[in-house]
Amino acid sequence: MNKKEFGQFMGFNLLRMCFFIVLLTLAVISFDIISKGIKAINWEFISTMPRNGMTEGGVLPAIIGTIMVTVITAILAVPLGMGCAIYINEYANNSKITRLIRMSIRNLSGVPSIVYGLFGVVLFVQFMHLGTCILSSGLTLGLMTLPWTITASEEALKSVPNSYRYGSLALGASKWQSIRTNVLPYAIPGMLTGTILGLARAAGETAPILFTGAAFYLPFLPKSLFSQFMALPYHLYIMSTQHHSISKVRPLAYGTALVLIALVFLINFFAIILRYHLRKRRME
Amino acid sequence: MINYAINNLVLPKKINFINSRITDKVSHFLFFLNGMIVIGVLVGIFILLVFSAIPAFKEIKILEFLFGLEWNPTSYVEEKFGIVPMLVSTFMVTLGSLCIAVPIGIGTAAYLSDVANGRTREFVKPIVEMLAAIPSVVIGFLGIVLVGPFIAKIFNVPNGLNAVNGSILLAVMALPTIISISEDALISVPKAYEQASLALGATKWQTVIQVKVPAALSGIIAACMLGMGRAIGETMTVLMATGCAPAMPKSFLGPVSTLTSTIAIELGEVAYNTKHYYALFAIGLVLFFITFLINLVSEIVLHKYEQVHR
Repeated sequence: MNKKEFGQFMGFNLLRMCFFIVLLTLAVISFDIISKGIKAINWEFISTMPRNGMTEGGVLPAIIGTIMVTVITAILAVPLGMGCAIYINEYANNSKITRLIRMSIRNLSGVPSIVYGLFGVVLFVQFMHLGTCILSSGLTLGLMTLPWTITASEEALKSVPNSYRYGSLALGASKWQSIRTNVLPYAIPGMLTGTILGLARAAGETAPILFTGAAFYLPFLPKSLFSQFMALPYHLYIMSTQHHSISKVRPLAYGTALVLIALVFLINFFAIILRYHLRKRRME
Repeated sequence: MINYAINNLVLPKKINFINSRITDKVSHFLFFLNGMIVIGVLVGIFILLVFSAIPAFKEIKILEFLFGLEWNPTSYVEEKFGIVPMLVSTFMVTLGSLCIAVPIGIGTAAYLSDVANGRTREFVKPIVEMLAAIPSVVIGFLGIVLVGPFIAKIFNVPNGLNAVNGSILLAVMALPTIISISEDALISVPKAYEQASLALGATKWQTVIQVKVPAALSGIIAACMLGMGRAIGETMTVLMATGCAPAMPKSFLGPVSTLTSTIAIELGEVAYNTKHYYALFAIGLVLFFITFLINLVSEIVLHKYEQVHR
């Protein structure tokens, strides 16, 4: 082995080491959460209310709360995100307005989640008088998710070949007709998948719901969209930092972390399955 | 392809051109409005932050706010509203996280693009995405239960909730961004560069380090800046893992309180529409400007990169 080859050998191993550090990180994270979280999880944990100041019982209201908020988020972010993606990819030409829209999207995705939280407090909680509730939190998260759903939907629209559009336009279809019949059917699987991935991320967010509706301890299910709620990520935060006997509830915190991760991955998994099925159906 | 279009085109039975033209106009307009909403949200966030921050500056001098060395908004003796400790804290954890995430991230990206075979790459991509999908609050939790005790043992400090902890966790969170964007940059370096270098007798390693990385540099820098933006704006992880002491940070092994974690802690305790409340919005505004600037710079760098490769 000469000097050059030795250099290559060492260099590649250095890169390999970086790669293994990343793998190791994920392995440690998953091992720790799963091995300790699984002990806390049983049917009672995911199907009952927390009891005795959250030192016993389950996380049912937090699961329901997170799901309800995510649904509100989806109702706001999915149609708006897809519509905006359709506008910038299908209608907009390279004008100043379009560039401004693109710039806004990139900047919105860079705005810290806590700033969205501040925005939600002023706009939804105070200005619109919704108070701290599921609706405020869901809308705040929806605005935060918007740039992600737009970017994902635009990628899906971009992957539809232009010949589909031209073919339909050449046959006399109007712009909207050709988008509806010749672009969207092919883009929808990708758009949905990307959007759902964004929603999964929103479901795990804590900072925007801290002050817009998440509650410390509510041992009952939310009654309406205008009630406060418990959410899994906020519950985990409380259980690991704010609780009066932190070491006692640590197993429950692990259980909550595992349920949260499982929920997020479940949503991701659902998105991938959905894409697979929609693609398969299109092929037939 | 055109056949496909014909088969799938649903033409109305009796083509009504006037009608379809109207729906076309209407849908165009609706989508345009939809696009404008995005601008509206960004401008809205900015305006609301500014309007909520302005009342703070009626009582606090801007210079004192930006350059004051003490943050003590609830003191009975004399309230202090200086954000320098938070700026320093944010800078410390961000710098620390970049020191960890940038070398490892670029190394991993180079490994994936030039050393690993196709199968490894297919296997790793979802793993990196999984890392990105872990909620920040879970990472923060791990900082308390896993990284904290570890740091306490190694550095022999009473508790491990400090800037080092925050840096490590933020590095984990910034890694997926840095890896995937750097990998894209490395892969899109024209093949001719690599072939020319190999033809001149350079080894593959020399080619990667001396040809491909420099050629992809602006993409890599943009990746690191986006990772940095994520680290600066991250709230829950630093809130849970850095100890959150509002005093001026003394060392990496002491507790720090960043811009984001200060807002997160204090907004829950403060009464609406007080001086302290408005001051927290002013911090939010500062945060907004910082991330805006980072985005702007990384966009310019990426744009330059795209121009070079066209």
